[in-house]
Amino acid sequence: MLTVDIKKKLSDFTLNISFTAPNKTVVLFGPSGCGKTTILRCIAGLLKPDEGSIISNGTVFYASQTPIHLPPRARNVSYMFQDFALFPHMNVKHNIWYGVKTPSHQANELYEKLITLLKIEHLPHRTISQLSGGEKQRVAMARALMAEPQILLLDEPLSALDAQSRYELQDELKRLQEIWNIPFILVTHSPEEAQAIGSEVLFLHQGQQVSEPPPSWNMNGNGKTTRSSFQYFY
Amino acid sequence: MVEWQPVILSIKVASISVMFVFFLGILSAYVMRSVDIPGKAALESFFTLPLVLPPVVIGFLLLILVGKQGPVGILLKEYFNMQIIFTQSAAVLAGTVVSPLMYQSTKAAFESVDKTLEDAARTLGASEWRVFWTVTMPLSWPGLVSGLVLSFARTLGEFGATIMIAGNIPGKTQTIPLAIYFATESNDLVTAGMYVIIISVITFSIIFGLNHWKGKNITLH
Repeated sequence: MLTVDIKKKLSDFTLNISFTAPNKTVVLFGPSGCGKTTILRCIAGLLKPDEGSIISNGTVFYASQTPIHLPPRARNVSYMFQDFALFPHMNVKHNIWYGVKTPSHQANELYEKLITLLKIEHLPHRTISQLSGGEKQRVAMARALMAEPQILLLDEPLSALDAQSRYELQDELKRLQEIWNIPFILVTHSPEEAQAIGSEVLFLHQGQQVSEPPPSWNMNGNGKTTRSSFQYFY
Repeated sequence: MVEWQPVILSIKVASISVMFVFFLGILSAYVMRSVDIPGKAALESFFTLPLVLPPVVIGFLLLILVGKQGPVGILLKEYFNMQIIFTQSAAVLAGTVVSPLMYQSTKAAFESVDKTLEDAARTLGASEWRVFWTVTMPLSWPGLVSGLVLSFARTLGEFGATIMIAGNIPGKTQTIPLAIYFATESNDLVTAGMYVIIISVITFSIIFGLNHWKGKNITLH
């Protein structure tokens, strides 16, 4: 369980967000520049909020009053970046093992399980430049989970992929969340993605949480939103 | 008549100097990148100063500092019974100080590393030390090699600061540039010309080798 209650002044507005993420996929949804990635960076410890608190399973990551600000390495939070941020000078296997502190039998088992689940058994010795977009996404996911995080942050994880890969990986993301049973905090500006993956969706506008989907979110019968959803934001 | 002593000495001095330059360049570039201190811009300018000041000015300042009556010179004499001035160590010191190219190259190389990769390493539990050694350094490597090679070539041609603090002692502190100058002064143009050819061939080979290597490694990422 992750509890976030933070404020941070950004150039155009003040980010002011408060939410609790259970062991499910929580989607932060909003247009570009509304503060979604800033929230992820604050949770990961890559940015420091101006005030508030971030607490995960009783561990205080950040508290402005105490004050506590744990560095990223002490948080056990994996972050899947938009462009995957795979290390180009390492092969796939070295990338996946990067977050493992001490290699062990259990770590080896986890590695085998991950590459099987993500269908990347044939990739370990490839370089990153030899991978397709979908393969990079899977490797990045394996690397993030191999670190055995208590939270997984995903910044537009499917935006770099073609439509076919996107559909496949949407399902995989849901399946992985169910297996790992930790909070997945996912950022997207795609209503389809938010609907398809999120157990809970937080709507963001200029750093503020909007409690209900605005009326212009034209929810149709099949649970999908239409293009007019964007009207609220643009 | 061409003596090989200045050639050997030049290569020796340049090799030792670039070892210092390499570590000092990396250290200063890393510190400047990592810490946010007041007066950082002034410090940055100070590091770059040897690049724009005439080497003879650097030599003069070093002479004041490490000369027999200089503060560092007195300390070295008193505590280590050591004298730098007019020794090969002075030539190494001159070669080290006049070459901030390594600092510039390292700084540019560090800045070219995608910050997201470093952040990714941090979120995977890496300490700053590990981020530096496993991500920043390997990805900066081409820039570091460029800096190292250019520093070596620059140090090989060093004249102004060297003559100020190391002097021109044949067989001891006489490097190729000094040998060229003193051969020309004695009207021995053949010897001077031979040294010019030797140093030109060495530096051309270094730069050619670097460009060839960069051509091969430019697609490292």
